[in-house]
This record gives sequence, C-alpha cells and structure tokens, in this order.
Amino acid sequence: MKPRTKFAIGGLLVLSTATYLMASSISETAVYYLTPNELTAKVAKDPTFYGTGVKVGGRVVRGTIEREPGGRMVRFVVTDSAGRSRIPVVYRGIAPDTFTDEVDVVVEGRLGRDGTFQATTLLAKCASRYENAPQQPGAEHPAGVPRSTAAVPASPEVHASS
Amino acid sequence: MILLGELSLWVALLMAAWTATVSFAGGAMRRTDLVASGERALYATTFFIVLASAGLLTALVTHDFSLTYVASHTSRNLPLAYTITSFWGGQAGSMLFWALVLSAYSAMCVWGNRRSNRELMPYVTGTLGVVLLFFLATTAFGANPYERLGWTPPDGRGMNPQLQNPGMAIHPPNLYLGYVATALPFAFAVAALVTRRLDAGWLAAVRRWTLVSWFFLTVGITLGMWWAYVELGWGGYWAWDPVENSSLLPWLTTTAFLHSIMIQEKRGMLRKWNVVLVISSFLLSILGTFITRSGVIESVHAFAQSPVGSWFLGFLVVATLASGYLVATRLKDLEGQAELESMVSREAAFLYNNLVLVGIAFSVLWGTLFPILSEAVKGEKITVGAPFFNAVNIPLGLLLLALTGIGPLIAWRRASAENLKRQFAVPAFAGVAVGALLFAAGMRDGYALVAYTLGGFVLGTIVQEFYKGTKARHRMHGESVPVALYRLVIRNRRRYGGYIVHFGIVVIFAAFAGFAFRKEMDITLRPGASYTTVDPYGHTWTFTNQGVSEFESLNRFVTGVTLALTRDGESMGILTSEKRQYVDSRKMPTFEPVTEVGILESAKQDVYLVLVGVTGEQTAELSIRFNPLVWWVWYGGMIMAVGGLIVLWPQAERRRPQRGYAAVLEPAAATAGTAS
Repeated sequence: MKPRTKFAIGGLLVLSTATYLMASSISETAVYYLTPNELTAKVAKDPTFYGTGVKVGGRVVRGTIEREPGGRMVRFVVTDSAGRSRIPVVYRGIAPDTFTDEVDVVVEGRLGRDGTFQATTLLAKCASRYENAPQQPGAEHPAGVPRSTAAVPASPEVHASS
Repeated sequence: MILLGELSLWVALLMAAWTATVSFAGGAMRRTDLVASGERALYATTFFIVLASAGLLTALVTHDFSLTYVASHTSRNLPLAYTITSFWGGQAGSMLFWALVLSAYSAMCVWGNRRSNRELMPYVTGTLGVVLLFFLATTAFGANPYERLGWTPPDGRGMNPQLQNPGMAIHPPNLYLGYVATALPFAFAVAALVTRRLDAGWLAAVRRWTLVSWFFLTVGITLGMWWAYVELGWGGYWAWDPVENSSLLPWLTTTAFLHSIMIQEKRGMLRKWNVVLVISSFLLSILGTFITRSGVIESVHAFAQSPVGSWFLGFLVVATLASGYLVATRLKDLEGQAELESMVSREAAFLYNNLVLVGIAFSVLWGTLFPILSEAVKGEKITVGAPFFNAVNIPLGLLLLALTGIGPLIAWRRASAENLKRQFAVPAFAGVAVGALLFAAGMRDGYALVAYTLGGFVLGTIVQEFYKGTKARHRMHGESVPVALYRLVIRNRRRYGGYIVHFGIVVIFAAFAGFAFRKEMDITLRPGASYTTVDPYGHTWTFTNQGVSEFESLNRFVTGVTLALTRDGESMGILTSEKRQYVDSRKMPTFEPVTEVGILESAKQDVYLVLVGVTGEQTAELSIRFNPLVWWVWYGGMIMAVGGLIVLWPQAERRRPQRGYAAVLEPAAATAGTAS
C-alpha cells in the first residue's frame, strides 16, 4: 500500500471519529431556541412540548422582577419584542449583574404545565450596555441617568418601550 | 483637530480607492509609474488614517460630548487611561482602529518589500487597498465615530464598569492586531495566485505575517480568558461563546499553517493546502468580526446591532467568491513537487496535526453557526452548548497534544526503527511515569490522566531536544552550559522558539485538565459565622464572615464582604468580594451594579469568592469555588507568547556560517523569514 493511501485511511479514521462525536453530541445537547411567542404556539399545538428543554430569548417586562432576599431566586416575566406572549419565569440561581428591567435575556429550562417557565440558566444582555448614547430631556431611562437641561428634540436612541 | 480628523477619514477613503485602482492597473499593464503611485497612495492612506485617529483621540480626551461616540462611551470622571482605551471600546471607534492597524501593517509591508517581491507587490498593494477601502467605507458610512449627537450633553454616559479593567483595555486591540494581520498573507496569496508565481518566493513574507497574527491572537485570547475569569464572576474562563469561538478559529488555522508551511519549504508538498489555509484564516477573521458585530448569533457579548453586520457579510461573500475563483483556476500551478514517502515520517505527523487542527476549527465553526444553519434548513433555531464543544474537542485536543510530542522527534521523509527507539525512549518513559504517579496518588479521571501522561511525554521531548542541542554545542565549541543553551536558542530561533511554544501548550493543557477537579458551593454566612469544607487536594478550609461594609470610592458606591480564611488551621489571610454601583460626576448611578470577585491565587489552585447579595443584618450570600491550576492558563499563554516572540525576532546574524554545527542541528535559521 502506498503511504499516501495509508495516510488517507488514517485521516478518514480521524475525520469520521470527529464527525461521529459531533453528530452524537449534537443530538444530546441541542436545544430549541424560541421566542416566547413561538413557545406559546408550540405548546398550544403539541402539549407534549411542556417539559421539553428549550432556550427562550425575550425581554424582561418592566416591573415584573421579584427577587428573593439573598439573591438566589428570581421571578420575572418575559415577552416578545412585539409584546404579544408573556411567560412567567422562575430562575433558581444567581442572576448576572446585567439582569434588570427591560434587558434581553436568554433563559434555558422547561415550561411547566402551570405555564411557568422553570429556568436553570439565565443570560442577560442589554443592547444599551456597550453602546450607550445619552438620553435627551424628557426621555425616561430605567437607570436614572443624568439629563441635560438643554431643550432639544426627542432622540431616536430611546427604547421603543420606554 | 476634530474637524481635521473627520475630513481625513474621507480623504483616506479616496486614497484607498486610488491605491486599489492604480496598483491593480499598474500590475496588469506592467506600468511602474502606476505601481509607484499606488504605493505612495497607500502611504498617504496610512497618513490620513493616523490623522483621523488622532482627531478622535483628541475628541475623547477633551470630552467633546457633541460627538455621539464620545458621549456614549466616556464621562468626565472616567480615568484618563480608560478614556484613551475607549477609542477601541465601541463599535465605530473599533472600526477606525481596525483601519489604523491595517494601514500601519500595510505601510510596513510595502516599505519592507520595496526592493523584493517586485512582481507580486502591485497586487499585494492593490489587495490591501481593497481591504482598507472596505474598512474605511464601513467606518464612514456604517459606523462613523464622528457622527454628531445633535446636542451637547453636560456629561457622557461613561464606560461600562466591566470594561474598566486593564485586561479589557488591552485584550481587544491584541485581537484586532491578530485578526488584521491575516490580511497581509491573504494579500500575498492573492498576488501569487493572480501572477501564478506560486514558487517559494512569497512564502517567507507570508510566514512572517502569519506569525505576527498568531502571536497577537495568542496574547489576545489569553487576556480575554483572564478578563472573563476575574471580571465576569461565573468562575470559568471559556464558555464556548460565539464571540470567543470566532477568535479561536483564525488561531487554529494560522497554527495549522505555521506547521504545514514547513513541509512546503522542506519538501515542496501541500501547496494547495497552504494557499487555502492562508485564505481561510483571513476569511475566518472577517467572519469572526461579522459574528461579533452583527448579533446574528446569540452571545453574551452584547454589541449593538447595526448595519455594519451586513457590510461584513457582503464583503465576506465577495472575498470568498473571488479567492475561490482564483484557487480553482490555478489548481494546476499548485501541484505538489513530492509525495509522502512513509507514514512514519515528520511529514505524516504534520499532516495529522493539520488534520486535527482544521477538524477542531470545523467543529467549532459548525457548533457556532448551528443555530443559523438549523434555521435555514429546518426553519427552527437550535443551539448547541458547551457539552457539544467539549465532547468533540477534548479527544481531538488530546490527539493534538500527542502529535505535539511526536512531530519534532520523527525524521523527515522516513524514520528508521533505530531513530524511533533513540528518540522516543526517554519521553515515553517520562509520560508513563507521570501518569502512573498521578494514578497512584488517586487520580481517576480518564481524560485528565491521559492529558497528564501526554503532557509528561511532550515535556520529555522538549527537555530532551534542549539537552541534546546544548550538549552538542558544549562538546563542539567548548561553551559553558548556560552559554551553549543561550546560543542554541538564539541561533535556531525558529526551532527552539517553537519548542517553547509547545511547552506553553503543555502547561495550558495541564491547567485545562486540572479544571476538571474544580469544586463549588453556595453558602450563607451571618457575621462571625464560619463555614468549613475540603478542597480538591484534601485540605480543610474554614471561611469566617468578618462583616459587610459599605463605602464610597472614586466613581462608585461599594458594598463589600470580608472573609478570614484558614487552611488546615493555618491562617491564609483575608479575601473580599464587592458589589459596585458606578456613578457619574453628580453621584447618579450609571449602569447596573457589578460584582468584583475575590481571588486567592496560588500555583495549586485559586479560591474564588463571589458576593451574591446581602440580606438582613450583614448576612452574606456567597458563592465559593476551588479552581485548581487556573494560574497556569495565564502562564501557559505567556510562555507561548514568549516562544512566538523568539521565533518572530529578526535574526541579526543570519548570514554567518555556523562551522560544522549546521550538520548537527538543521540550519532552520537560514530559512527563517527575513522579508516582511
């Protein structure tokens, strides 16, 4: 056998092992990534979807955050950007620093029969976090940021919902 | 100055367009006047980008809040150092910074080759001009740092407190320096393909710039891990986040290239493969930026979504199609000049090394893009997480570690049984000894045992190589051992620098394996109360709550907890963790509160403390972790960087003949890159 052929066989062996590992672990670790709307639609169509592990990406509804003293459990409601579906979430664990009203969050867990989402992980990000233009007078911002006294027209930077 | 900077951005844009046009035209028509004009235009582009950058820096430092960028990223009470680093802290500024780095590299490259590679240079300059044009156009039209806010707020919004960290200040520019450097090998590859001058001529410059890229990517990735570990408070340093993955991808392909290039230099093989690796590294850098900037993939790195993403996607498609076409039409010119002679040869080991590196890159790319792919195919977004990446990459990584040891020991072309016995006896023994010792000490984790056994083996090969080389010099030149060791490395930088990089790899793998033994616990401590637990090494630790304090500091309000630590009854000092609320110059809170973790570092393990919250009367809710060997990740990264620098350092004495010595040690130095 030519060395080239031998190498090709060895290479194929390596690649097929890698492919096998990829295929097998994908089926084990892959989870759906849904919006609250999609999740509501899914369970309406197929009730067995309750209790299936999913990731849900949505926005925290302002004023719905209830933190347990000690910070080990938090309840809140997530919604779509369109605000159509609202899903209550219970997360047992330490919420990240970025978690606050109106941030975009990704929760991983299961939707219970009672319609409450039991989350095991919680990722939070704020669109205004790294890019954070000053608000103009009259524009509300949850963090209570400084406001200019200058009279200027409204800014397009403000969140649609604020 | 600010107006001048803004104007300079537009002039630079025109200059880049001119560079691209006349360079390609000059190359095609063989008109030296046009070629010279293109090169001068490139220098001019660089000059104007420097002016544009100086203008933005001036705006930042003088707090000109009429610019959206300045108002969004800085404030009056931000320390000066962070005011300067906010130049690349936001989207628009980082685009300009990218163009600045690329133009500086390009000018250095064109200057360095003003008397060499003359047939290639018009196309190199032209390609660089096109890439510069893309970045400048994206900056000017998509994310312009000179955009006006329309009004002037009295103070800016300040910098995200999590970015107020020395690691974060220098991590992004290092990654950019790495990403951007892939553009130069790409430009050379395009030039070589266009002119069909695919002999060895273009390789020296390509290798050098790939090393530059590799070096900065290594430093950047290590700093990124360190930042994530000390600042984000989740206790780990790598989460297989899309943004992390996209910095790893070009690192993997440049590493593969730096190995496979040796086969092409020595044996004339793998020519197609190398061109493809060079092009892929560049495309992956652009893809990485696209992923980072566009927000198409869910990532905890939340950058604002902006039109810049679609600019990058468009550029990526065009660059992929153009380079794909060039390679496809030049396949004949890229035929190899030799064939693999034996499976037991260095060539074969390097081929496997490349296969594994590219395999890892592919699996990482696959996992990262999986949500997009599944949505395109099935209409549903499906994500994969860390278990996927670990399942695939731990076995592949261990295979790679084994090859790290095997590669340098096997002879080129065909290794004899005698060669194998002589080279492998000691390292193999070292590896087995390490594995057996750890097993006897009670380690039962399969992957970790394999990792440490292989680590011992690779370390054995490295020590053996240094020992043999030093001994040879000592005998032949009568040099003292330290002098012989020093000269050995200095005169063969490429080879021994490479071994130092390998040593860094061993250290990092040992640290990764150690992390498998981490231990974490959540506890609640009233003031004065204690908690006792056992660490992964079997020591007994006691944590005592010394109390919670609240105070005001420079630009923040702080709530801190202090714990007293003892190990096996012996005091280990105190450890504090804080919650910080950053405020602006009028004491108004900015951003959400951030957590400052407390870390008791040592070579054996880190004790990692996070203050989760405070309830009632100074009762602290805490999360405590024992993270074994984390330290060595940073040191491993540093060792790799030092090895890279040794390889990269210009060889001053390269022309001096090494009497009699060259036969003993391959004169790798002679081929070590000179052109740049």
